[in-house]
Amino acid sequence: MSIEQAKLNTKAVLRNDKIVETIIKIVSFISFALIILIFVFVFKEAVPLFFKAMAPKTAAAAPIEQETYGEEVTGKLEDIKSNNASKTAATVEDAAQSLLSLGNKEWQPVSSNPQYGLAPLLWGSLKVTVISLLIATPISVLASLFTVVFAPKKLREFIKPAIELLAGFPSVVIGFFALVTIATFSQGVFGYQSRLNAFVGGLAMAIAVAPIIFTVTEDALNAIPKFMSEASLALGATKWQTAIHVLLPAATPGIFAAMLLGFGRAFGETMIVIMATGNASLNSLSIFDSVRTMSATIGAEMAEVVFGDIHYHILFLLGSILFILTFALNAVAEFYVRQRLMKRFKGS
Amino acid sequence: MSRMLKISVSDLNLFYGEKQALMNIALDIFSHEVTAFIGPSGCGKSTFLRTLNRMNDLIDDVHIDGKVVLDGEDIYLPNMDVVALRKRVGMIFQKSNPFPKSIFENVAYGPRIYGITDKSVLYEIVESKLKQAALWEEVKDDLNKSGLSLSGGQQQRLCIARALATEPEILLMDEPASALDPLSTAKIEELIFELKKNYTIVIVTHNMQQAARVSDYTAFFYMGSLIEYGKTRKIFTEPTNKQTEDYVTGRFG
Repeated sequence: MSIEQAKLNTKAVLRNDKIVETIIKIVSFISFALIILIFVFVFKEAVPLFFKAMAPKTAAAAPIEQETYGEEVTGKLEDIKSNNASKTAATVEDAAQSLLSLGNKEWQPVSSNPQYGLAPLLWGSLKVTVISLLIATPISVLASLFTVVFAPKKLREFIKPAIELLAGFPSVVIGFFALVTIATFSQGVFGYQSRLNAFVGGLAMAIAVAPIIFTVTEDALNAIPKFMSEASLALGATKWQTAIHVLLPAATPGIFAAMLLGFGRAFGETMIVIMATGNASLNSLSIFDSVRTMSATIGAEMAEVVFGDIHYHILFLLGSILFILTFALNAVAEFYVRQRLMKRFKGS
Repeated sequence: MSRMLKISVSDLNLFYGEKQALMNIALDIFSHEVTAFIGPSGCGKSTFLRTLNRMNDLIDDVHIDGKVVLDGEDIYLPNMDVVALRKRVGMIFQKSNPFPKSIFENVAYGPRIYGITDKSVLYEIVESKLKQAALWEEVKDDLNKSGLSLSGGQQQRLCIARALATEPEILLMDEPASALDPLSTAKIEELIFELKKNYTIVIVTHNMQQAARVSDYTAFFYMGSLIEYGKTRKIFTEPTNKQTEDYVTGRFG
């Protein structure tokens, strides 16, 4: 084929282009659809709870008072039992009560009077997450500053992949490490009562979160045009002054995004908290008390719950809340960073 | 007229890894004069400029030998305080590079770094340096606006004000007007003329007319070597070297 012929051969090339484009489109669409589907399925398992609670209209025989007020129902237990719709009524009553109990302070799903209070779980998740971020952020930001500003090329090429490798560490290994080593060590240092607690969980979580914050911060620092640090250094600023006064401010949106991503990771992380936090759903202010996080609750209870039970639905409700929270955080991180970075470098 | 020697360079060689970028450079730069480096792209003129405040240190795999003596002190001695050196040798870059901070903070950056915290002192510095950089009239009412909101020419003058705020003795300018329109360029050139009274200026330029207009001395670089160096008028009217003549008359480059 001569070059002239080859030039005319645009049709086949265009067709190949089209095929590749379609494949890429499908792949990206599938990954997007997967996220939606996961959410739909999780949510679908949580929703029946609300339907069951609002079922009275379909449960023909049960009077409304009986369903909404628990105390009265117990008094008329015999009536309900004799009723044809007793089963529905009981479930409706349970579902309504359990929904109401979501606002309670207790998480006692397995009891004669089950309590599904979200507060201790949310508090637990927040506690561990915030502790882990408080530990991981300064370390990661300083580490990324070191690799970007101070480390010689050779060291930089070693540190970055090494820390990123840590991000791929199985969380069960980190959890085990926390359970066996960190917990004992930390108890020895601080001398608190319960060996497994929010602090130990947060410490272990920091190991999982730090690489994420490190990587994103490092990228943010590297994205700052070189001429910025050159301008500062040429004015006689030291490397540290340049890092503090020029690089860090310019990378703030990136660091913020890194923290949000870390928050999302820590909030959803399950294995580490199951193993290292003690899993007691307490409403305590102390960081040295055991906590039970939302994710750990799902992880620990899902396997033992009765399929289709209220407890089962509530666990999926927990899942939905987790999903929405992490999703929202990631979205905020993404958009915040993009807009702020753009603004910073283009001038406002 | 007695010329005062400011910088004396001898036997300077610079390597990027294996590649030699500067070969046996030797020249003297005089105090309160404007020295221009001209030459085609890649001839090493910018690289050489950056050896004068050791900015090349920031690049990996750079190896330099030879002597750069500033006021009798070799700046490449191992015990040289590079930060102190850069306080004496300011630099203006090809692409204007204000910080993403306010105009005030841009100019106040150097003094702040050096430890001046008194707001009124800083304000005085900012005002006088912006005036010196012929930018004051244009920005005096928006000192809190971002430095990035200025036009290209204004940004470059802001960078000059920022460099002047650290009271350097020498001002290195790396093609300071190459990205600017003719009007802004004219302003920068006027400025160089003014600044010459107080500072020693070294300017790299692509533009031969600019070199002819603003400089007292001109050095012509080609392929990493210093081909010819002398009074600007002599370089442009009666160069001794054939290559210099070809370049300044526009036969190549």
